[in-house]
Amino acid sequence: MPAVSMTVNGKAVTADVDSRTLLVQYLRENLRLTGTHVGCDTSQCGACVVHVDGKARKSCTMFAWQAEGAKVTTIEGLAKGTELHPMQAAFREHHGLQCGYCTPGMIMAAIDMVNRKGNDLDETTIRHELDGNLCRCTGYHNIVKAIAAGARAMA
Amino acid sequence: MYAFNVERPATLKDAVALLGKDSEAKLLAGGHSLIPVMKLRLANPSMLIDLSKIAELSGVKVEGDTVTIGATTTHQMVANSKELLAAMPALAAVPASIGDPHVRQAGTIGGSVANNDPNADYPAACLALGATIITSKRKIEADAYFKGMFETALGADEIITAISFPVTKTANYQKFKHPASGFALVGVFVAKGKSGVRVAVTGAGANGVFRVKAFEDALSKDFSAKAIENIKVPADGLNTDIHAPADYRAHLIGVLAKRAVMAAAKG
Repeated sequence: MPAVSMTVNGKAVTADVDSRTLLVQYLRENLRLTGTHVGCDTSQCGACVVHVDGKARKSCTMFAWQAEGAKVTTIEGLAKGTELHPMQAAFREHHGLQCGYCTPGMIMAAIDMVNRKGNDLDETTIRHELDGNLCRCTGYHNIVKAIAAGARAMA
Repeated sequence: MYAFNVERPATLKDAVALLGKDSEAKLLAGGHSLIPVMKLRLANPSMLIDLSKIAELSGVKVEGDTVTIGATTTHQMVANSKELLAAMPALAAVPASIGDPHVRQAGTIGGSVANNDPNADYPAACLALGATIITSKRKIEADAYFKGMFETALGADEIITAISFPVTKTANYQKFKHPASGFALVGVFVAKGKSGVRVAVTGAGANGVFRVKAFEDALSKDFSAKAIENIKVPADGLNTDIHAPADYRAHLIGVLAKRAVMAAAKG
């Protein structure tokens, strides 16, 4: 069993895991960080998106040991105490969710989008860049509005 | 998923030695093809040899009239290379159509070329541009490398280290993207370089990527969409599946080839 050590939301963690343990399983089952969701488990839906060394990754399609030594950020690591991250606040303000299942992945993907594309995101860019995140409730309209507002608020 | 051992070698030499010792071992790069098939128990490797610690395998280099891309260079790194965009915009544009942003931050060019998925994009780019697949043992011309669906000329203990492309300005890739999977239902890469005009098709062939000689001959005489508008690609040997029948794929090859020629000629 490989030993893994990584930093999750600023906290050093270490464990012996089965080599088959996916990063998302490690986060949810070992660390009990259940904000990261498993939607499809086939790298399509993006509900499992977390940041690994600052890049959005589908945590259902990497093993926990691949994050050895990495800095991992999940949805739980965004808020500062009771103050929401600007992207979280924008999703609340613009009602960018209905059932909420895809939301953690949407928000992690949205922040990655801002990191790559900047704070001024037009609708076409946002819709194109959301290619890897599926929502089955809202039709994306408010998600797109939330991301545009969140991106500006992050500036 | 079945159980497996993990190795994370720091050098290519160690990776080759590990691969040579265990015929059931598999190399892991971005993992976005391998991990899903392991979940489905369609692949059952005894060992995964993770290539991510071998720094020399990653990076884009443009030197003179050759572009060399390291095997573990991610799709995002290829898409973001300003040097590559200046030297070969048609090649730099290929990764933008692969998967989604998260997949592109994981998936690699070497993984795509080693897997040789019949619907993947890079095999068409390699074949049309006359790429050379550089391995731990030798250099393999693209024409001799792609052997069929998921089959390549790679030996059991051979690792792709890089892929080199002759700088080719007149080139373009057109892809009819499957809206759910993001793979090419059909993709056509047209290139006019030092070795003449080459047209490679992915997504359509029952044996994976292939060249269309009739298009190449006509375009060698006259590099225009008009030159190929009356050439029909036979549907024999093309894929029929739930997404599209062979004759539709044959039709798409013609349409996409014309669009690629027009775009390539514009530069």
